[in-house]
Amino acid sequence: MAIRRVLSLSRSLAASSASAASLLSPGRNPSWGRDISRFSTAALTEEEVIIPPVQVEHTQLLINGQFVDAASGRTFPTFDPRSGDLITHVAEGDEEDINRAVFAAREAFDDGPWPRMTAYERSKIIYRFADLLEKHNDEIAALETWDSGKPYEHTANVEIPKMTRLFRYFAGWADKIHGLTVPADGPYHVQTLHEPIGVAGQIIPWNFPLMMYAWKVGPALACGNTVVLKTAEHTPLSALYVSKLFHEAGLPPGVLNIISGFGPTAGAALASHMDVDKIAFTGSTGTGKIILELASKSNLKAVTLELGGKSPFIVCEDADIDKAVELAHSAVFFNQGQCCCAGSRTFVHERVYDEFIEKSKARAMRRIVGDPFKKGVEQGPQIDKAQFEKILSCIRSGIESGATLETGGERFGTKGYFIQPTVFSDVQDDMAIATEEIFGPVQSILKFKDLDDVIQRANKSRYGLAAGVFTNNIETANTLMRSLRVGTVWINCYFVFDAAIPFGGYKMSGKGREKGAYCLNNYLQVKAVVSPLKNPAWL
Amino acid sequence: MTIQSNGHSENPIKIPKIKFTKLFINGEFVDSISGKTFETIDPRNGEVIARVAEGDKADVDLAVKVAREAFDQGQWPRMTGFERGRIMMKFADLIDESIEELAAIDAIDAGKLFTSGKAVDIPSVANMIRYYAGAADKIHGQMLKMSRPFQAYTLREPIGVVGHIIPWNFPSTMFFMKVAPALAAGCTMIVKPAEQTPLSALYYAHLAKLAGIPDGVLNVVTGYGSTAGAAISSHMDIDMVSFTGSTEVGRLVMQAAAQSNLKPVSLELGGKSPLIIFNDADVDSAVNLALLGILYNKGEICVAGSRVYVQEGIYDEFVRKAAAKAKTWVVGDPFDPRSQQGPQVDKTQFDKILSYIEHGKREGATLLTGGKPCCEKGYYIEPTIFTDVKEDMLVVKDEIFGPVMSLMKFESVEEAIERANNTRYGLAAGIVTKDLNLANRVSRSIRAGIIWINCYFAFDNDCPYGGYKMSGFGRDNGLNSLDKYLQVKSVVTPIHNSPWL
Repeated sequence: MAIRRVLSLSRSLAASSASAASLLSPGRNPSWGRDISRFSTAALTEEEVIIPPVQVEHTQLLINGQFVDAASGRTFPTFDPRSGDLITHVAEGDEEDINRAVFAAREAFDDGPWPRMTAYERSKIIYRFADLLEKHNDEIAALETWDSGKPYEHTANVEIPKMTRLFRYFAGWADKIHGLTVPADGPYHVQTLHEPIGVAGQIIPWNFPLMMYAWKVGPALACGNTVVLKTAEHTPLSALYVSKLFHEAGLPPGVLNIISGFGPTAGAALASHMDVDKIAFTGSTGTGKIILELASKSNLKAVTLELGGKSPFIVCEDADIDKAVELAHSAVFFNQGQCCCAGSRTFVHERVYDEFIEKSKARAMRRIVGDPFKKGVEQGPQIDKAQFEKILSCIRSGIESGATLETGGERFGTKGYFIQPTVFSDVQDDMAIATEEIFGPVQSILKFKDLDDVIQRANKSRYGLAAGVFTNNIETANTLMRSLRVGTVWINCYFVFDAAIPFGGYKMSGKGREKGAYCLNNYLQVKAVVSPLKNPAWL
Repeated sequence: MTIQSNGHSENPIKIPKIKFTKLFINGEFVDSISGKTFETIDPRNGEVIARVAEGDKADVDLAVKVAREAFDQGQWPRMTGFERGRIMMKFADLIDESIEELAAIDAIDAGKLFTSGKAVDIPSVANMIRYYAGAADKIHGQMLKMSRPFQAYTLREPIGVVGHIIPWNFPSTMFFMKVAPALAAGCTMIVKPAEQTPLSALYYAHLAKLAGIPDGVLNVVTGYGSTAGAAISSHMDIDMVSFTGSTEVGRLVMQAAAQSNLKPVSLELGGKSPLIIFNDADVDSAVNLALLGILYNKGEICVAGSRVYVQEGIYDEFVRKAAAKAKTWVVGDPFDPRSQQGPQVDKTQFDKILSYIEHGKREGATLLTGGKPCCEKGYYIEPTIFTDVKEDMLVVKDEIFGPVMSLMKFESVEEAIERANNTRYGLAAGIVTKDLNLANRVSRSIRAGIIWINCYFAFDNDCPYGGYKMSGFGRDNGLNSLDKYLQVKSVVTPIHNSPWL
């Protein structure tokens, strides 16, 4: 996901009359609350494209507290997924820029004030950053929606406030990172120091650009590390904007460096850098493997991976069907289906299966697809043409393999990368739509008989990121929560992503945990200090 | 010692107008039910600053009733830890906006140095609130490892309505040392400040309301220990009492708790803390540390280093230098930035300290320096050092709570440990040495809640402290202090066919 080699040429060719210049032209306000395109209605017309209420201010790399061009002078285009139109050109960082950024981060760590100031002072800077995020919430949200196609209402009302909340959470940790005093087998005094690990490399994906930024940057900085972060080439803009705010909040130069660019160049350089002490990656399982390999071939840097998933959502026979339908629907369709932990295998008990299909289909048909800047829109465009085409081909494979297409299955409209909310029933375990991560608005519904059956089938996946369980029976809930080999089990809820709740994968969904107290360990070294005791009063 | 002024000198700072003198109950400032008031005195000159509502049992009952309601039905324990933390952050910001006024209030009410109040005490309480604000969303229970097929976990629930009884020596710091973790935990509370220093607590109550702390969550009842304090400790509807003060009163609080509803008690009491200085110490800096240890806040601090043990190799030099240094110590109006020591809090304390000094002289201790009141007005006492003291003298055994040091000589480390532990108290200790082995050994050997090696008074938000022995139990500061405001509830349910246990 995050490392993709090819930017489709056709995207720039698809640029229409709404050029970047006209998108930025003043005097046109966004037309909130105009007619809403439902899934079954006609496509967006050109007049309906809403002008994002924000301007792009930063397109250069952020190294050592300065916005700078790429060493090569190269840039790459970033597009509006609503239309495929160009938003702007962004500096394209590659190996040389990574080297510059790592050098700055190294110096900031080895000699700079950041790890040397008190944890409370660090926390105050992070708190100040959170206050600035809050102040600029709507601009940040607009930029995020423009670059990624995420519905603006959600970005502005949920995601950016949640990002702010995450930074406040990590700020509160900074002065509560405790080592231990440790019992010894003899007359020794033993203590553990929890030291920052050093320079952290971080590579984040395009599906939740700023949320992922918060998950990565928050704990790394709270622990006293310095960071080089590579954003996804699809969504480079918001990280640059907020990182500027971070410096306004008092972050010393070199502590947080942002490189826009591509995976095979910038990403690979970061993962294989000899002076980077830790790498954290969120993206596809395929790329995760490459990261791990590059780390092992270079300096054996510690690796955290948060990768793909094919998460089961299990609806038991006692479930309240209407609620289950709604939750299962949002579990897969939220964020255009572009969630690593999307509940993309909906297992439904045979006794409630028919009713569930009927209602899920109806719910999908009611889903409101359209310009993400429009009020009430639930689903925007997919991120780019490649993803768009990949999802459509997955849908074709579903049809060819004999699953029943209940609704959707086509492109939505004629412009941009919108896809109809799609529901398949009669899905079998071995079909590609039940095994592959589609990363799109495609629900695959499977029927199950009993708990043993569903546990075995739910676990029959190389992924293990999350699971949903819908039941009011405490025995069923207890059995499932322990039996599912996944990093998060949501019971009668889904996508509950509090700052304090750890998140991460079993199996090929990754390693390590993000958020919560657990994620601090990713950014800390543990140093044991031992010294003899002469005549101690006790041991 | 240098005398600067006596409280009537030209004050560089305007004395603030006192705005809050009533009880704070359920978000309102109210008169006491009896209508009674008491005087609060400026210790610089013995003059009345203001008359303050005198709360007693009836007022405590009322405060408990609203705190109970705020806990049982109100939003405070029902909002998320993060939301509580946000309100607490606001509270801290409001304090930051009033630093000067608050420092001035503590200076006139408690005789505390205005400059250090402004630079240290008041900003520190804002920082302390922020520390606990950041802790409010990090209170974790545990999943348990059961020996049978059970799923079990612990919930750490707020304990309920808390009573805080706080002393006069650090009116602001003590207020928040108790209130901040209790707020973070989700408790509601009644605070009884000391009758000597009721003013800043009422000011904080006002700021709490502005910050958005819901009515009934934080109540302040000013009044006396024997009436209001006793009513809190023996109240049947208070779930926990946290007390800082003397060992004698601590005993009464615990007794009242035992005789009423067996509420848990946390006590932070008196001390007679040793400072042990070894031969390898740098004498000049050891002298500075020792003087700071006993003279800081005029010796009115429970962790004062009131017993100073100096190893024989450097003893004579230490005595000489300590005497010289004590004579340059500046006693004077707490508003004067040159002052290092203000007046004792009130006449009772002042008289008590002087009588201890007289007693020490009668018992045969040598008065190295000081020993007398100074300034013609107010409760100022000279920095006082006794030498040639014996372990069984009252000045070595009792907590004097004034600027009076007992300076003693020792030979071996074993002797130092034994004598340092020869006390019914166990609050703090200081060690001055460059020898790692000595430092490690003595740290483990001293029976006290906090050990400062080559430093003293190194308090920190994250650093718990509290007493061994008759210095009390329970810890303030750090995440440990949350424990006393939380209940632990275990929840257990059977599980079937679990793939692991």
